[in-house]
Amino acid sequence: MSHRLPSGGRLIDRATTLGFTFNGRRLKGYGGDTLASALLGNDRMLVGRSFKYHRPRGIVASGPEEPNALVGLGQGARFEPNQRATTTDLFADLVAQSQNHWPSLDFDIGALNGLMSRFLSAGFYYKTFIHPRAFWKHLFEPTIRHSAGLGRPTSEPDADRYEHLYAFADVLVIGGGIAGLQAARTAAESGARVMIWEQSAHWGGRAPVDDPDVEGMPPDDWISATLHWLRAQPNVTLRSRTMGAGVYDHGYALGYERVTDHLPGLDAPRHRLWRVRAGRIITATGAIERPLSFAGNDVPGVMLAGAVRDYVVNFGVAPGRRTVIVTNNDDAYRTAITLHSAGLEVAAVIDARARATGDLPQRARSLGIRVMTGRAIARVRGGGRVTGVDICQHTGTGAAGALIACDAVAMSGGWSPVVHLWSHCGGKLIWDAGAALFRPDPARAPTGADGAAFVAAAGAANGVMRGAALLADARAAAAGGDAPAPEPEAITPVWIMPAAAGPGLRAKMWLDFQNDVKVSDVQQAAREGYVSVEHAKRYTTLGMATDQGKLGNINGLAVLSDAQGAPIPDVGTTTFRPPYTPISMGAIAGEARGDVFQPLRRTPMHDWHAAHGADWEPAGQWRRPYCYLRPGEARNDAVAREILAVRGGVGLIDASTLGKIIVKGPDAGRFLDMLYTNMMSNLAPGKCRYGLMCSENGFLIDDGVVARIDEDTWLCHTTTGGADRIHAHMEDWLQCEWFDWRVYTANVTEQFAQIAVAGPKARDLLQALGGLDVSSGALPFMSWAGGRLAGIPLRAYRISFSGELSYELATPAGHGLALWRALVDAGQDLGVIAYGTEAMHVMRAEKGFIMIGDETDGTVIPQDLGLGWAISRKKADYIGKRAQERAHMTDPDRWKLVGLQTLDGSVLPEGAYAVTDARNANGQVVTEGRVTSTCHSPTFDRGIAMGLVRHGPDRMGEVLRFNRVDGTTVEARIVDPCLYDPKGGRQDV
Amino acid sequence: MLILTCPCCGIKADETELAPGGEAHIKRHGPGSSDAEFEAYLFTRANPRGVHFERWRHAYGCGKWFLAARATDTLEVFGTYPATSTAVPDAILSRIRARRPDWIKPDRIKPA
Ligand SMILES: [Zn+2]
Repeated sequence: MSHRLPSGGRLIDRATTLGFTFNGRRLKGYGGDTLASALLGNDRMLVGRSFKYHRPRGIVASGPEEPNALVGLGQGARFEPNQRATTTDLFADLVAQSQNHWPSLDFDIGALNGLMSRFLSAGFYYKTFIHPRAFWKHLFEPTIRHSAGLGRPTSEPDADRYEHLYAFADVLVIGGGIAGLQAARTAAESGARVMIWEQSAHWGGRAPVDDPDVEGMPPDDWISATLHWLRAQPNVTLRSRTMGAGVYDHGYALGYERVTDHLPGLDAPRHRLWRVRAGRIITATGAIERPLSFAGNDVPGVMLAGAVRDYVVNFGVAPGRRTVIVTNNDDAYRTAITLHSAGLEVAAVIDARARATGDLPQRARSLGIRVMTGRAIARVRGGGRVTGVDICQHTGTGAAGALIACDAVAMSGGWSPVVHLWSHCGGKLIWDAGAALFRPDPARAPTGADGAAFVAAAGAANGVMRGAALLADARAAAAGGDAPAPEPEAITPVWIMPAAAGPGLRAKMWLDFQNDVKVSDVQQAAREGYVSVEHAKRYTTLGMATDQGKLGNINGLAVLSDAQGAPIPDVGTTTFRPPYTPISMGAIAGEARGDVFQPLRRTPMHDWHAAHGADWEPAGQWRRPYCYLRPGEARNDAVAREILAVRGGVGLIDASTLGKIIVKGPDAGRFLDMLYTNMMSNLAPGKCRYGLMCSENGFLIDDGVVARIDEDTWLCHTTTGGADRIHAHMEDWLQCEWFDWRVYTANVTEQFAQIAVAGPKARDLLQALGGLDVSSGALPFMSWAGGRLAGIPLRAYRISFSGELSYELATPAGHGLALWRALVDAGQDLGVIAYGTEAMHVMRAEKGFIMIGDETDGTVIPQDLGLGWAISRKKADYIGKRAQERAHMTDPDRWKLVGLQTLDGSVLPEGAYAVTDARNANGQVVTEGRVTSTCHSPTFDRGIAMGLVRHGPDRMGEVLRFNRVDGTTVEARIVDPCLYDPKGGRQDV
Repeated sequence: MLILTCPCCGIKADETELAPGGEAHIKRHGPGSSDAEFEAYLFTRANPRGVHFERWRHAYGCGKWFLAARATDTLEVFGTYPATSTAVPDAILSRIRARRPDWIKPDRIKPA
């Protein structure tokens, strides 16, 4: 059983006892514990269940590579699933629960999946998706849904806050082990601005556990001295609890700092995302130990050898009382020596190699530890916990020999450099067959803007595992130059154990503990033709999910390479993608949530609307009143009231969000003739004209009224959402195509408040304000004039989007609210009301006016919309003209705009298709049109709609059938799109 | 996250300040052009693994469009130059040739 040792533990403070809760049970740990060490100290080895078979899972590792000990942490709005117990610092009253089990961790019904393992082998998702279909829907899917998933997120809003920090560094060192510290020191000595990140709370990495000394000093002393020096340097920034999450183009890096995870309640951001631009990046990210693949290597109590000695040395916790060590290398003997020194029993070291003659094996033997070479573990005994191992010859098929009783197994398959960050931005790897590891290839490093390498790997991350060679490698990474070649590690690759194991054993050798992928699954994938390692990953789920193969990838691809008879480097690795380990969504969002997710744009009259019942709708970053609700009024009723008030009297709408772009200069007219489909150069000063803008593809992208201000100045109105886009469109053509034309543009959207005054009494209202002559003689339809009303400076445009007599009044933004108030006050006797966007939409639909984004969707040309009248035939060219001559654009079968009226007066569904009785070659219903906008018209008291219909304008009066969501259809007659005042007499009075 | 130096204002601009505009040095074909010419203008784009010429706009800076020569595989930047350039500056072509001796200049790329 795992237990706390009576003494020892360099990271814990036995004077500080911390109470915490795991699965509802109160337990105790010490200050400095991780949740994993505290659980082991309480003999809680079983911490979860595997993803697919729900097999019992124990703690395997001591760091971020841990695949099993994922827990739900916290409660309520602070609950977070999938937190690694091995990287969670213990704090008082921590609450954690295990995952992926039902009804309890100790008794889990999903473990029955293990009995179904024959059906859940490689590719089971794909196979069960396919056939038999009914099985998927009624059997597999409900079962899998119930048992799938590692943890569930809370549905409450995150109670914590997060922030982004931006920084620059000449040299960014990722990893604070002795290699990283040395690299930072060397870089800082050169005068460079240095930043160094360490993912854990502790500097120095593995050296205090693994190395007897560093440069002749006890490792902890060397680390303290180096940290002391670094902290004293003004050009060095050190951040612990900060993981290098990703390395990106041109020296960009993301760091993930866990600020308050271990200090709950502190008034500080929980996580911080560092966004750093670095001149050079040194990855000193260490190495991760590989498991060995033997039958039953997933039984709780089987752990990585390095992790076993970490728990003993760092936390004074022993995973077992009697441990068997199994290895293919010398390093694992460190664990044997550590356990022996702590007074724990080492039952045997099982070494797959024929001979083990290095210093470490000899030291182990001299301590009296039994070393068995040429041997392997045939199988692990025990279900929920290791009870023993059967020993066999490694070269054989697994015929069991001696049984060794034990309650823990420490395994080591060798160490793999952490090459993730090196690889994120294109760094390539080489396979070092002697050391049995992939290491960064310095000849193919990630390159920056100058074409030179900007990432260098140092220390264990570079395959240089320890000692003077490691420090020399770190200095070389920081200062440039070559490091002396390190001593080769004493290792013989072992990819399955025993070497000639048959199918029965291979089906119990786990490669990926989290996703339940076994040696037999990868071999099956190879047999089924999965040649690419990327395909094999998806097919078997090896290295998927939160784990991303930190433990299992190299073993998995070695098995794949063996099955294919191809060398390991030819099979290659899967792609390493950021982040290195999962980071919180909160850290990614940073401050951008809630009210500050996006800037909110307010018109000068925004607060007035809010005070008068505005029911807001978003329009880009603006908020516009959809309608103004009176007490007790429903939205539909408000919209109907507003429309009838405008049609019968006068109403105001805040049109300030309309885009307003000034185009000015001697060549402005010529430019606008290219930009709009119709002529703008011949528009007289003082006049207005409706215009259409197309992309070079010919598709309609925006519309609006253009007013000519003076000889060389035009004011272009765009749609509310279009101002920035259309301004950018203008600048693109001006800067890149017609850069010799003398034209200047300015987006003045926010400089003006704009109010549309619409309705038969609009003129009466303006005359009540007094000032500018707004009579039809002085200011006819489609003209404009400048002046003052009620003393407020403005321009009045005689344009209409409602079909009524209408003026749009534009005044400098600072006068907007005053003008609005003056209109409201003066209009009391006339019954003036404020109306919202929905009333505007319905009134324009009654008039048959198109709306960008409703009638257009990026595939519609003006000719489809009956807007040929707004396309100049005289002009030699305009943007989109050539495209509109293409065969498909002139096809008479294109769907064209019509009005639609249901026979029963109902409102057609949004986006409904006109269906026919015909079917196409695929058996699909042939359609002949679709609804583009639809609403209830209070004016006509019925549903009205517009749509695009094949040969539509030639089919007036025909009845079409439109589908509805419930599967039925509704009949609608093709009519003219303009229902209201077709002759236009009301707007031109 | 690329860095490109805006040739108009001289700022080393982070990619978040920039808006991409696709391939550079494409000649506009308008009315009167053949279907083949128009298709090439509107739709045909190079997608090289290696040297590429692109349009970028310093959208959240000075607002100016500019052109960039860079390698799509290694992210090396050979230079940026004004959007009004109909030819690639000699210094940039020399740098490309020095770094990529095997590079074959596409016909549409004109030397200055
Ligand atoms: Zn600029």
